[in-house]
Amino acid sequence: MIKWQVWGVFLLLSRESRQGLTLISPPLLYALIMLAAPLAMVVTFSFWSQNYLDLDTTITLKNYKEAWSKPIYRVLILRSLNISIMVTLVTVLLAFPMAYFLSFRVKRNKALWLFLITIPFWTSYLLRVFLWKVILGYNGVLNSALMGLGIIDEPMTFILYNLNAVVITLAHAWAPFAILPIFVSLERIDRSLLEAAEDLGDGPFRRFFRVTLPLAMPGVIASTLIVMIPTVGDFITPKLVGGTDGLMISNMIQIQFGKANNAPLGAALAIASMVIVGSVSLVIFIAGRWFRGRAQ
Amino acid sequence: MRLTRFLSKNWLLTYAALYVAFLYAPVILLPLFAFNESTIIAFPLTGFTTKWFTVLFESTALHQAVKNSLIIGVVTAVLSTILGTCAARAMVRFGFPFKRGIVSFIMLPLVLPEIIVAVALLVLLMQLGFPLSIWTVIGGHVLICVPFSVAILSSAFQGLDKNLEEASLDLGETGWGTFRRVIFPLILPGVISSLLITFTISLDEFIIAFFLTGTDVTLPVYIWSQLRFPAKLPSVMALGTILLVLSVLLLVLGEWFRRRSAKQQGLDPASGGGFMQ
Repeated sequence: MIKWQVWGVFLLLSRESRQGLTLISPPLLYALIMLAAPLAMVVTFSFWSQNYLDLDTTITLKNYKEAWSKPIYRVLILRSLNISIMVTLVTVLLAFPMAYFLSFRVKRNKALWLFLITIPFWTSYLLRVFLWKVILGYNGVLNSALMGLGIIDEPMTFILYNLNAVVITLAHAWAPFAILPIFVSLERIDRSLLEAAEDLGDGPFRRFFRVTLPLAMPGVIASTLIVMIPTVGDFITPKLVGGTDGLMISNMIQIQFGKANNAPLGAALAIASMVIVGSVSLVIFIAGRWFRGRAQ
Repeated sequence: MRLTRFLSKNWLLTYAALYVAFLYAPVILLPLFAFNESTIIAFPLTGFTTKWFTVLFESTALHQAVKNSLIIGVVTAVLSTILGTCAARAMVRFGFPFKRGIVSFIMLPLVLPEIIVAVALLVLLMQLGFPLSIWTVIGGHVLICVPFSVAILSSAFQGLDKNLEEASLDLGETGWGTFRRVIFPLILPGVISSLLITFTISLDEFIIAFFLTGTDVTLPVYIWSQLRFPAKLPSVMALGTILLVLSVLLLVLGEWFRRRSAKQQGLDPASGGGFMQ
């Protein structure tokens, strides 16, 4: 019955709509089967529980209660959120001047510059993270260089196996994803608006904060979200350079699905962290809109 | 004196140079340690050697991992480019109900943490009793590669002149014939660029492969297992160097095709950014 109704609606659509829907149906179906169904499964899973080797399929909030009440999980979730916010802040702040330089100072060969920026990121992610360990280590590149130059007397220890190392490594890993959206929105700014601001007596600082920055806001928001959301889910960086203080929720999710053999709890942890980072992103998104609206 | 004056005048350029140095810092080290004689990955360098590359050629586990990764990469590239072509074409050419929702849903894996995608697929496969294999990794990789393919190909379709298509249809060519003989040749550079980039992404992807691979490990999973053994590190550096050179070659090729397609369609190849938008 329902099948016929669907067909009826489909035939009522215009020819163009039908063609478009037909064409987009293979990728849509793929995404439904490989993404929507698995995500729905994870949500269901998070309400089940692990009974030694078997799954207990009675609906329960046990996993979520455990995730919130046991300090270890709460600490890890909050720390992941904290790290990803810090990483995002550092990455976007470092990326903005670079994007500004690309958009306003580089006159020719912009594409070449963009290409140069992206090259390092097409090498193995694992190796890049590992190499940061080599750079930041006790006998690492940075320490030996600074000691060789006589700037420091003994190796710095606060840069590896802690939060700082995670932030540095991730700020590096996400750099192009932060630069590109900001660059695109800077490119879209109508240059005559900047001239107008200058003619009307705005100094460079006022002009930047009242014209350039508000107009670049969509790019800043986009790069904030692009960096922040996946960062919460990283587990290679914390494991390689984070030490015990730098472990994040994903390391725990991985343990639950692996060694601890408690997939339902792992699923609940995954959902919980996604909901939290999702709501933070929403707040950032709305705040960005509001800032833009006020400036205009 | 002159230096400080230069710096204060060109602080943005100075910043950009430092930033690029930061971006390249880890990558520069890769070849340095790959050709370094010492087993310990630290300065000072001890001497030049190519023995770490010879070690690579003797490892059968590595060869198997490379073979798995190549199969996964090629199949992923082909499948995600086909799906990406459908989506990009529908997106650029047609209006249909729920367009925004559908398109954002297809692009969703771009912002979803990979661990979520990996865990979700793992849970589903576990429930269905599906054994983990190369194919499960391909399934996950196609999912995360389609958005990249859509992004690349939608810019290729945007430059397409609608009149050419209509002319072909008016002259009696069928819809499929028009696609094969008119549209496809015009978007071919975009297609190739999409194939190369999705292949590169799949080749380097670790988290999904780590969760969904069974006994057939991929190259990144192999590298991960080697990172634990200090004695293996120099040969891992050598492997990394080879991979770096290969990916850069593939990307230069991909970029070249993208620019050619943009030029062919009369767009400014320098605008519209690279393959990451």
